[in-house]
Amino acid sequence: MSAILPPAERLWWKHPLDRVEGTWIAIAFVWCLVMFFMMIYWHAYGQQNLSTETYKTTPELFAKKAQAVIDKYTIRTETDGHIPVVAVPPGGDVYLIARLWNFSPILEFEKGQTYRLHMTSMDYNHGFSLQPANINIQIVPGYEHVVTITPNQSGTFSVVCNEYCGIGHHTMVGRIYVK
Amino acid sequence: MSQTTTYRTCPRSGLQFEANAEKLMTANAVTAVVFLLLGGILAIGVVLTRWPAVHWLEAGRFYQVLTAHGLDMLIFWVIFFEIAVLYFCSSTLLRCRLATPKIAWLAFALMLIGAVTNNVAVYQGGSSVMMTSYVPMMAAPSFYLGLILFAVGALIACFVFFGTLVVAKRDQTYQGSVPLVTFGAITACIIAVFTIASGAIILIPTYLLSLGVIDRVDPLVYRTIWWAFGHSSQQINVAAHISIWYAVAAITFGAKPMSERVSRGAFLLYILFLQLASAHHLLSDPGMSTEWKIVNTSYFMYFAVLASMIHGLTVPGAIEVAQRAKGYNKGLFEWLRKAPWGNPTFSGVFISIIGFGFLGGISGVMMGTEQLNMLIHNTVYVPGHFHATVVIGTTLSFMALTYFLIPVLFKREMINPGLAKWQPYLFGLSMYFFCLVMMGAGTLGVPRRHWDLSFSGVAMAYEWPGAAYLMMGLVGIAGVAAIIGGAIYIYITVGSLLWGKRLDQGERSPAPTPIPLTAPTAAVQTYGSTGFAAPGTFVLALVFLVSFVLYYFINWKYLSTLWGLS
Ligand code: HEM
Ligand SMILES: [Cu+2]
Ligand SMILES: [Cu+2]
Repeated sequence: MSAILPPAERLWWKHPLDRVEGTWIAIAFVWCLVMFFMMIYWHAYGQQNLSTETYKTTPELFAKKAQAVIDKYTIRTETDGHIPVVAVPPGGDVYLIARLWNFSPILEFEKGQTYRLHMTSMDYNHGFSLQPANINIQIVPGYEHVVTITPNQSGTFSVVCNEYCGIGHHTMVGRIYVK
Repeated sequence: MSQTTTYRTCPRSGLQFEANAEKLMTANAVTAVVFLLLGGILAIGVVLTRWPAVHWLEAGRFYQVLTAHGLDMLIFWVIFFEIAVLYFCSSTLLRCRLATPKIAWLAFALMLIGAVTNNVAVYQGGSSVMMTSYVPMMAAPSFYLGLILFAVGALIACFVFFGTLVVAKRDQTYQGSVPLVTFGAITACIIAVFTIASGAIILIPTYLLSLGVIDRVDPLVYRTIWWAFGHSSQQINVAAHISIWYAVAAITFGAKPMSERVSRGAFLLYILFLQLASAHHLLSDPGMSTEWKIVNTSYFMYFAVLASMIHGLTVPGAIEVAQRAKGYNKGLFEWLRKAPWGNPTFSGVFISIIGFGFLGGISGVMMGTEQLNMLIHNTVYVPGHFHATVVIGTTLSFMALTYFLIPVLFKREMINPGLAKWQPYLFGLSMYFFCLVMMGAGTLGVPRRHWDLSFSGVAMAYEWPGAAYLMMGLVGIAGVAAIIGGAIYIYITVGSLLWGKRLDQGERSPAPTPIPLTAPTAAVQTYGSTGFAAPGTFVLALVFLVSFVLYYFINWKYLSTLWGLS
């Protein structure tokens, strides 16, 4: 007569449900469908959908493409390490390299303009955590992820690495300016 | 296969324990508690380092201790205890002998050797790779070898469980279908076999990689298969602790499931759908298509969510029906007010149900939504969520069950019952708060597995808002309170085993006494088609639903303010 004994009725599957259960199952099921279609709806009408555009790449290949953009569009350098600040024209392709333990180059965007941001890692997994805007994307070595972004606020943003990547993980921060 | 075994009928519970099964349950459960102790000691280091005002350990030590905390808790404590639960749900509930006890001891030995090997690898340094050990970051070969040995042992134990079901069937120790709780355990075990297979597929190549036998494991393939193991193994925990909820409802209230069909159907949904949910760890990854992400994380997963929502109703519902049958019929909630709140077995399970649903469940679905995942991916929101599932849900249920097992399985009187009465409240409620503030900090973007919020000495340091520091400080305080709660559990359990008063063992007999047939009662036949048997539970469920819907859409609103992404 209890959950730790075999069911008393041999034909337990023929028993009708209680209305509490039946009603709840119906409500819960509808809610599950709402949540399912919400994701599809957002792909159609929402502005924040993560791109799935991905290419296989190697550190050498990616570094070469990134360097070409850096050479062409660097507007100044910053910090003691002379990290280049790169400003590509709106609509352009820009490359962000994650490696132990920094992000480079520094990027500069214009508010309201759209850019194609290419990201990969040269070594381990890293995390792209844009703060304080709070957008978090995984960076996986060997894969070039192209994310189309449209900054909607101006200011100084940080890119914090939020995937554990070894002993220097907590020192890995990059920067993005939006004018 | 030796047949010389004995069966003991516990005079306090009427449960029948076969001698071999009893020893194995004890060994597995005690080992589990040792790992909980170890994980708990490590939690002190983790929590006191993430508390910004304390910031105790230095960085290397912190990452090492965090790696060990994750493994000792999530893998070793939980799975050793689950093996004991599997033996309980087969041999004890079906009143039969345990199949192949020698092989079960072999399984235990492999698991123990594996767990120790893995721990040693972490403490030697050079393996601070976190439990996820994403390639190409490498640990020492013995790190992976330990995990593989442990997994093989656990797999063998699963087959001992299945073998025991066969023994019960053949010896006809029960008639009809297995009890619901055993059915839940079967669910857990089936998922475990699938899970361990995925683990082997990815850990064996990684082990070979660490030995230099092969030279590459693709990082994205690793993540995908690792999560087929890492996520599905959480479904083992869910199935196991929900079985315990049903068991405790039955033990403390004599509650029977509202309907066997619904509860079993919900377990079946777990088997069918839950395994596919590894996708929700990859929602913010490159490479996977949108369709793949949505179908895997959601459609199928929502059937699993549906199943959990069903269990969340039917367990308290069963308790309500049982209480009302005892005459606690006044209003919507007399059944709940008059529940045995001073019995830690009940209070632990109840705190577990509410916390698992409201904190773990709602946050889990939010995180598992394709676009919303970007808000919290890899922030401390994630450990906030899973401490609600795996600590409040699984660990607290295991603790509650232990209080029942101390007199029944271990044959000891519990020391300090006055303290035990308070333990679930201290541990459970401080964990509620811990999870809430972790999620709060995560919503502000605070990263997980991160040693230094202040980025001291870093050129382009980011300055977190004051609220983030406040939240992480509260994480520290709540974490310390939870650790004290955990320490009390260990003190009571180990203390009772060592110096609790020995209790009467009960009769031993050479043959099992089959489970007597229970006559279908009038109650069984009446509630069903007609009634609305658990109105109080239904109201609680609606409160849950409203919180769920609100929280879900608040996050969409938040998402809509972010930079455009496409
Ligand atoms: C007793 C109280 C506990 C406290 C105060 C505590 C605290 C913490 C904290 C602060 C983190 C680190 C967050 C980060 O920096 O990423 C963490 C991680 C973790 N905890 Fe706990 N924990 C406790 C119990 C448990 C239990 C019982 C389990 C499992 C059953 C568990 C499983 C984990 C896992 C799997 C991780 C993740 C490790 C990783 O990121 O690889 N914890 N815990
Ligand atoms: Cu990094
Ligand atoms: Cu990192």
